[in-house]
Amino acid sequence: MSAVAEPGARSDPTLETARLRYVLRLADTSLVLGQRLGEWVGHAPALEEDLGLANLALDLIGQARLLLGYAAELEGRGRDEDALAYLRDAPEFLNLTLAEQPNGDFADTVVRQWLIDAWQLEIYGGLAGSSDERLAAIAAKSLKETSYHYRFSSGWLTRLGDGTEESHARTQRSLATLWRFTGELFAPDEVDERMSAAGIAPALPEAGGRWQERIAADLRRATLQCPASHPYPWHGKRGVHTEHLGHLLAEMQHLQRTYPGARW
Amino acid sequence: MSAVEEASRTSAERVWQLLEAVPDPEIPVLSIVDLGIVRYVQQAADGRLRVGLTPTYSGCPATLAIRSAARAALDAAGFADVALEEVLAPPWSSDWVTPAGRAKLAAFGIAPPPARAAREHGPLEVRCPRCGSSATERVSEFGSTPCKAHYRCSDCREPFDHFKCI
Repeated sequence: MSAVAEPGARSDPTLETARLRYVLRLADTSLVLGQRLGEWVGHAPALEEDLGLANLALDLIGQARLLLGYAAELEGRGRDEDALAYLRDAPEFLNLTLAEQPNGDFADTVVRQWLIDAWQLEIYGGLAGSSDERLAAIAAKSLKETSYHYRFSSGWLTRLGDGTEESHARTQRSLATLWRFTGELFAPDEVDERMSAAGIAPALPEAGGRWQERIAADLRRATLQCPASHPYPWHGKRGVHTEHLGHLLAEMQHLQRTYPGARW
Repeated sequence: MSAVEEASRTSAERVWQLLEAVPDPEIPVLSIVDLGIVRYVQQAADGRLRVGLTPTYSGCPATLAIRSAARAALDAAGFADVALEEVLAPPWSSDWVTPAGRAKLAAFGIAPPPARAAREHGPLEVRCPRCGSSATERVSEFGSTPCKAHYRCSDCREPFDHFKCI
C-alpha cells in the first residue's frame, strides 16, 4: 500500500523525520560517490575505463537528483535539490563514510565501488518492494543501473586480484585500507529500524548477511583475502565524517558558494 | 461519441504526431516515441491533456533537453496548455524501444537491443550493423552515451555502437 494513501502516516513526526534522514543517506551516498568518480574523467588508466567511470558517475548523480528532489519535498522548507546538494555543510551530509574516501589508485576506486555497488544491490533490491511508492520507483530504476555498475566493479576486482603480482598486492592493500568503513553499511540505527518496521526499507541484518556472502564469493574468485572485521564503527550516515568530505564539498560547492544563485 | 470527446481524441492524436517528430538529442535518427519514453497522452479530469515522459537512465543528460524540445514542439503547435509529467514506474528498459525504432537504429549503424523474446532464448547476440556478422565482441560496456556500449566486429573489423540492453 502506498504511504501517501495512508492519511495517518504523514502525521507521525518520528516516522517522517526518519524517512527524511533515510532518503538523505541514500541521496548523499550516491552524490558523493558520483562526485568522486567524476574526478577520474581524463585520468583513468584507459579510455574505456574513463568512459565507464564517467557513466557510473552520471547514473549516481542522476539517482541523487531523484532522491534529493524527494528529500526536499519531505523536508518542506523551500529548499530544492540544488540547495540540498550545494548549500549544506559536511556535518549535514549523511552519506556512508566509505563513499567519500579518496580515489587513490585504480584498485582503491574499484574496491570502493564494488563494496558500495554490492550494498546498493541489497538496499535498492529491498526498496523496490517498499510501501513508499516514490522510493520504490526510484529504487527499481536505480537497481537496473546498479546491476551493470556491479558487473563493471566486480569484473575489475577479479582481473586485478587474479592478475599480476603487482595488481594483486595493490588490491589486497586497498581492501585493508577500505574495509574499516564497511561496518557502517549494515549496522542498523534507530532510523533504519524505524524504516524497516514501517515496511519502507529492508531489514539491514538480513541484507547484510546476503552482502557478506556475495563479497566472500567475489573475493574467492579474485583470489583475495577478506580482512578481519574492524571494531570501530564509522558514522557518516549520522553526519560524522572523515576529513576527506570537507575537501570534496569545497570543490563541488565552490561555484554556488562564490556566486550564490548562479544559474546556467 | 460526443463532439467534445471527438475533439479530445483528435487532439491526443495530434500530440502523438507532434511528439513523433521530436528527435532524441543524442541519437537524432530516433524520435522520443521510437525510444519508448512517451508513456501516455491522456485527458485529465479538468479536460487538459497530459503527456507522461519517462527518463531512460537516471543520469542521462538528454532528459532535460528532451523535455524542453517536447515543450517547444507542443507550444509551437498551439498546445501550450498540455502538461508534461515525469513517470518513473515502471522503469524504462530497452524493451520499450519500438520495432520502428530498432529498424532505424540498425539503418543508422547502431546495433539495436535484442528483443526480450530473443534474449530469453539463448545468449545475447549482437550483429554488426555494417556487415551483419554475429562474430562480434564487446570492447566496453560503456560508450559515448549512457545508453550505448562499444563493440567491434571480428569479420569486417569495424568498431560500432550497440544500444545497451537493460
